[in-house]
Formats: sequence, C-alpha cells, structure tokens
Amino acid sequence: MPADWLWGLVGGVMIGSAAAIYLLGNGRIMGISGIIGGLVDGSARSQWAERGAFIAALVLVPAMMHAFAATPPQTHLTSNLALVLGGGFLVGMGTRIGSGCTSGHGVCGISRLSLRSILATGVFISVGVLTVALLRAVGE
Amino acid sequence: MRIAFALIAGALFGAGLYLSGMTDTDKVQGFLDIFGAWDPTLAFVMGGAIVPMALAWQRARGGAPLAGGRFPQPASRQLDKSLFVGSAIFGVGWGLAGLCPGPAIASVTYGGLNGLWFLLAIGAGFVCAPAARRRLDSAATVT
Repeated sequence: MPADWLWGLVGGVMIGSAAAIYLLGNGRIMGISGIIGGLVDGSARSQWAERGAFIAALVLVPAMMHAFAATPPQTHLTSNLALVLGGGFLVGMGTRIGSGCTSGHGVCGISRLSLRSILATGVFISVGVLTVALLRAVGE
Repeated sequence: MRIAFALIAGALFGAGLYLSGMTDTDKVQGFLDIFGAWDPTLAFVMGGAIVPMALAWQRARGGAPLAGGRFPQPASRQLDKSLFVGSAIFGVGWGLAGLCPGPAIASVTYGGLNGLWFLLAIGAGFVCAPAARRRLDSAATVT
C-alpha cells in the first residue's frame, strides 16, 4: 500500500529529528539499547534523570496516540512465549555486546558514516533475514 | 534544559515509531522476509531518519551542545569481535520477535502481556551482556 511507505518516511523523519535534537541539545547519541542498558546495568546512574525523562516521553506519547486512535494499530507480537522470551533476551544481549541497535547503529551511526555502524547494521539485518526465512520454513 | 531536550526527543521518537508502523512486528518481520511477502516500509523509515541526523552531525562539527558539555568523540574505527557477534545475536532475536528495543518500549502500554514479557527479557539480556562481552573481549586478545 503506497500510504505505508509514506507514513514510514514521515515517521522516519520524526525519528531522525528526535536523534538530531538529542545530539545538538544534550550532546548524546540517541541509541535506545545504550540509554536503557546503561540504566539497567548501572553504568549510567548519574544520567538517570535525563534518560528517565526520555523513556517516559517515549512510552507516554505512543500510549496517548493509541488511546485516541480511531483504529488503533496492533503490535501482532507472537503468542509463542518461547519466541517472546528468547527473542527479547537475545535482543538485550546482542545490542549491548554489539554496542548498539537499530537506533544507535542504524540511524545515528550510519548517518555519520561510521564503518562500525554500517557493518553492524549489515550484520543484524542479514541475520534477521535468515532468521525470518527459517521461521517461515518451520511454519511460524 | 537537558530534561527538556530529552522529553522532546523521546516524544518525537515515540510518535515517529508509532506513525511509521514500526511497533507492528508484522511490518518489521515483513521487511526481513525478503524471500516472502517483502514489506519495504522499514527502509523508508531508516532512510527518512538518516537525513535529519546526517545534517545534525554536520552541524555538530566544531561547536558545543546547546545544554553544555561536549559532542561525542569521532566514531571508533576499531572492528572487534564483540561488534559482529553482538550484532548477529541481536539479528536472531530481532527476526524471532520483530521488535527491537525502541519499539518494544514505545508499544509497552498496548502490546499486551507478551509485550511486557519481551521487555523484561530484554532487561535480562542487558544484565547478562557485560559478563558475556568481557569473555568475548578476553578470548579475542588471547587468540
């Protein structure tokens, strides 16, 4: 559907603008795994206030949009609890070991032509493609 | 001021993820499903996001952040094992569930119980990652 890519582009520009404001305002890279991971493992306790504010807004704005939407979108997350827990654990581990996720490497890193981020993004997209192909092959 | 910038960035990021459809795992897994019914939306999201951020990096040359402090160091050029291993592990989890950390948090109020479980599992991964990374780094220096 053509509207999908248009909304993708609009949402993407908003995401990139958010990252731009975080960089030019606070001098920080808007990488979600880094922002949350640093709070969870205690390596960024000194920045809890600004990181907490960021997360609160990140949760509340979509919650309000969802509450007031005429046709609220679904997440369509699998009901298979093993996939949910296994997938979540691997996402948490992988993004911290690899120093970034889709926002950190994919948006912030690629946009400054960081070789590390370009390679990391290539790896997680390629492995994601293979994983989905295997999932589809076993009928999930 | 730092709090204000963080609130604006978080709000814009959340709204962008919501509007682009990236909190829908079908759209993310659809992007990764290049051998099936491929959905290119995620490519438009990434492309759209990279443009303003590239301009911001240009703007960041030389000056200082508005709220004080310094801009990040230039990107490291060191290609270590943990970058590749970690990104591959992330790719498996991303493919299995169709959610990465940003959308998982943005959709937590409407993602049901499993959305919450997913987030808790990410947290468990975050807690376990530093030890795993140290082992990888030390293994890399031995060989």
